[in-house]
Amino acid sequence: MDGPMIETRGLRKAFGTTTVLAGVDLAVAPGEVLGLLGPNGAGKTTTVEILSTLLRADGGTATVGGHDVRRSPARVREAISLTGQYTAVDELLTGRENLRLMARLAHLPRDAGRARGEDLLALFDLTGAADRVVRTYSGGMRRRLDLAVGLLTRPRVLFLDEPTTGLDPRSRADLWDVVRTVVGDGTTVLLTTQYLDEAEALADRVAVLDRGHVIAHGTPDDLKHRVGAAHVVVDLVGGGTERIRTDASVPDVRRILADVERRALPVERWRVAVPTLDDVFLTLTGHSTAAGTTADLGTASAREAS
Amino acid sequence: MTTTTATAPAPAAAAPVRPPRGGWALHDTAAMIGRSLRRSLRTPDTLIMGLALPIILMLLFVYVFGGAISTGQAYVDFVVPGIVLLCAGYGAATTAVSVASDMTGGLMNRFRTLPVRPVAALTGHVVESVVRNAVSTALVVGVAFAVGFRPTAGLLGWAGTAGLLLLYVLALTWVAVCIGIVASGPEAANGFTFAIMFLPYVSSAFVPPETMPRVLEVIATYQPVTPVTDTVRAWLTGVPGAHPVAALLWCGGLLLAARLVAAWLFRRRAAR
Repeated sequence: MDGPMIETRGLRKAFGTTTVLAGVDLAVAPGEVLGLLGPNGAGKTTTVEILSTLLRADGGTATVGGHDVRRSPARVREAISLTGQYTAVDELLTGRENLRLMARLAHLPRDAGRARGEDLLALFDLTGAADRVVRTYSGGMRRRLDLAVGLLTRPRVLFLDEPTTGLDPRSRADLWDVVRTVVGDGTTVLLTTQYLDEAEALADRVAVLDRGHVIAHGTPDDLKHRVGAAHVVVDLVGGGTERIRTDASVPDVRRILADVERRALPVERWRVAVPTLDDVFLTLTGHSTAAGTTADLGTASAREAS
Repeated sequence: MTTTTATAPAPAAAAPVRPPRGGWALHDTAAMIGRSLRRSLRTPDTLIMGLALPIILMLLFVYVFGGAISTGQAYVDFVVPGIVLLCAGYGAATTAVSVASDMTGGLMNRFRTLPVRPVAALTGHVVESVVRNAVSTALVVGVAFAVGFRPTAGLLGWAGTAGLLLLYVLALTWVAVCIGIVASGPEAANGFTFAIMFLPYVSSAFVPPETMPRVLEVIATYQPVTPVTDTVRAWLTGVPGAHPVAALLWCGGLLLAARLVAAWLFRRRAAR
């Protein structure tokens, strides 16, 4: 198709007197991964729910796969799959039963549906757990199954709403791998996340959402350049801190630390500080994200830097 | 729509399938019923609780309290219809918990993005409730026979009883569905099962309402459990007091109202 696979113009939504979306413009090209980055309450989930026909916008237009979400929701539903923040699988069924049920409900031919389910179990490393009840799955396994269910119909557009929120680092990395596989198939993806590193790892382009407005968009690199570089932060014994710019590569950090050692600075502790979503917000809006997200981002960044 | 983009070929969508005979609605509902029945087998605690409770109550009433209650017939014959109704009511009410967990998890949103009418999920729960109650009612009646229940009903009496109980279970199940939709979660919905449990106590299920204080007697006489109990008791054991019209009106009216309210609540919750 020509033109964007997902497009919104002036999308507005309010719940009662609370404005959640105040005119959101987005465009995602076919095969592209757009990361929609923002703190809790920025309007990420609302955007995804409107695009996946679960919610009606108050104003503006939205098309997915060339179909208007309001006028032809059924056509949109045929093209999309949604993996939300809450895993949408039946806890009391096994992994395999979940895939078979959803294949039936998606009206896939029986044999093709089953074969596709088996392929996805293998792809997502769930074959061994296929006959276990989902209630016994780990958080990472649930998300993988959830994603597998969403891919049964080979959707052209995939919505991933905070796919790794609440996962441990290992499961998070596994899920990223799976998403990369899907993206390799040419699926268009709209990914929402609170994590800058996640957007960086998966997205071709990033749009930053704040209080219902898109306040910036570009490649993850563009954004980081606008925010500023990473720093080696050295806390000195007896107070005082030195911040030295770095590209966060091993040779550069080694060079900086060697330099610190040569100058015989009284080092209490040191760390590499990478720009976080909080920094992005501080730079772009002058206000920070809600407290709570920053701690997570800190750990994520530290891991990335180590 | 053409797929001529150079950036990335869209993955081929699955070939469209012709709807089966009877259309997709039947197919979808069958899938949802299968789902609910599987779930039912995976929650043996609900099944066991739904059975153990009425059986314990039956033994308690027959052997402990029964001797002190005068009803004009063998107490076991008097109380079994009430126990059966209590069992069915409790069994139907647990549907609220299943519906609530569907509504609060992400599953309903997934159903809504599939080419399925999500109401089919509710139908699945209702049919499961009917099947589960049929099994547990049969077991409770079996135990009743073992403790001396001696009904005099012929085929017609049994058939009428089964039909009335089916209607009663359907009505209460749809009420439970409504509760499940509005409940904030499965735990909240669970409270409803206890409310339903108490309904038979203030009815003609265990003691004749005439023996109650005036206010309770009025409540007992005019609430739905009483005409249903009286009718089942009369049809099975041959005593007078059948109120089939009142019983049918109550159950049919409740079913119709709950069915409509459930559909409305479901749409409202879905439309937000």
